[in-house]
Amino acid sequence: MTSLAGPDTAGSPSTTRAVRTDPMLPREFVVTRTRQDTRDTYTLELKAADGAPLRFAAGQFTMLQAFGVGEAPISISGDPACPDLLEHTIRNVGSVTSALATAPPGTVLGVRGPFGTGWEVQDGKGGDVVFVAGGIGLAPLRPAILELVAQRAEYGRVVLLYGARTPEDILFGDDLHDWARKHGIVVEVTVDNGQHAWRGRVGLVTQLVSRAGFDPSNTLAMVCGPEVMMRFAATALADRGVRPERLRLSMERNMKCGVGLCGHCQLRELFLCVDGPVLSYDRLAPLMARTEL
Amino acid sequence: MQTIEQYLPQHPFFGGLDASTIELLAGCAVNVHFHPQDYLFHESGPADTFYVVRRGRVSLEVSSPAGPRVVDVAQEDDVVGWSWLVPPYRWMFDAKATSEVSAVAFDATCLRAKSEADPAVGYALLQRVAQVMLHRLQSARIRLMDVYGGNDD
Ligand SMILES: Cc1cc2nc3c(=O)[nH]c(=O)nc-3n(C[C@H](O)[C@H](O)[C@H](O)COP(=O)(O)OP(=O)(O)OC[C@H]3O[C@@H](n4cnc5c(N)ncnc54)[C@H](O)[C@@H]3O)c2cc1C
Ligand code: FES
Repeated sequence: MTSLAGPDTAGSPSTTRAVRTDPMLPREFVVTRTRQDTRDTYTLELKAADGAPLRFAAGQFTMLQAFGVGEAPISISGDPACPDLLEHTIRNVGSVTSALATAPPGTVLGVRGPFGTGWEVQDGKGGDVVFVAGGIGLAPLRPAILELVAQRAEYGRVVLLYGARTPEDILFGDDLHDWARKHGIVVEVTVDNGQHAWRGRVGLVTQLVSRAGFDPSNTLAMVCGPEVMMRFAATALADRGVRPERLRLSMERNMKCGVGLCGHCQLRELFLCVDGPVLSYDRLAPLMARTEL
Repeated sequence: MQTIEQYLPQHPFFGGLDASTIELLAGCAVNVHFHPQDYLFHESGPADTFYVVRRGRVSLEVSSPAGPRVVDVAQEDDVVGWSWLVPPYRWMFDAKATSEVSAVAFDATCLRAKSEADPAVGYALLQRVAQVMLHRLQSARIRLMDVYGGNDD
């Protein structure tokens, strides 16, 4: 995967030149809409205060800052074809994500990036594509799915396997419906805990891999979710015959600078903010198996 | 619809079994059908049947004061129930059809008798059930970790 790290270079060269040359300087973005997706997860729509688009590759993240509270790496969940609208889907787990997720319209947030490597979904053209998402992991995959559906005819069978904790935690319900109905994506959703009136699947998302309809010898697979789930999903996909170099995962580690300077995100020889977050399984497998990282 | 003898050899659970073993097992089997909300079996009931789902969905449930909790869902080509193989041969869960369900039902007493008469058949069955149990156990363990709910560090 090519590293796409670095500040946004889009737009006319005369605007925001200072911002673009220093990746440590945040640009100001205004929250235009806050939508509550689930009990603890919110999607923010943001517009750049300077009006310049923020072009990004599916899979990249920004360092998103709530002024006076702190900064967190958050993947972009919007459409790469709409760089005027920045979308982030945020799960409230602590102080920074709480301030970000619940920021009301009108709030000004700081944005650095986009940073990191992308999914490069176009590598799957001419073959089958499998997405495996767990929990909030569907958010970083959404831009790749949107990119794919924009050129649906170029891909073979497309399967999305999505695991959530409960039916109430399922993200992007309308999208899931559209992707299945309008774009012929096989969408399989499973939950860990199927209370109430849930009539869908219950069980681990990795269990869906063995029965999903795709040709492993000609498949690009993308996996995003909690690390434990990704390890099992990657093993299941490799067992089905997906080649490790065609199997991509998005790795999360604590991040500070986002540009390969501070070492916070180090995973052995890799700096996940620039070498990742999206990496192929042939590089990751030896690192994921070790406990002392 | 295929006959049981035609269907079983293509099913992953019975994969690798020779024709005579399949024929032997098919002798214990009948085709059955359930409507939505029908129960295949009830918790604590005698585990006298083993099901292979041909079509439809079956949810394995536990009743609780807050209503039924679904612990697993079986669908096309899944097998339902292993309590028939291990004493005291009693179901642990309720199994309820949540759609029209077609299944192959094996008479457990018949299967156990054939397994005892021919230990090679018994071993082959045990190996296959153990594989299903292993996958479900691994899945249950990972689900216990609640990886989506909290911090997976
Ligand atoms: C490349 C990358 C992309 C990310 N994309 C997204 C995204 O799109 N949406 C999103 O909601 N989050 C995303 N995250 C995770 C997000 O950055 C963290 O949840 C955030 O930094 C936590 O900060 P906090 O101050 O709110 O919580 P803290 O106070 O730092 O932590 C609160 C609790 O949450 C736990 N926690 C911290 N980080 C994580 C994590 N990554 N996963 C699970 N638990 C965690 C802590 O251990 C602690 O128990 C991403 C992380 C990375 C590295
Ligand atoms: S976050 Fe600083 S080096 Fe990666």
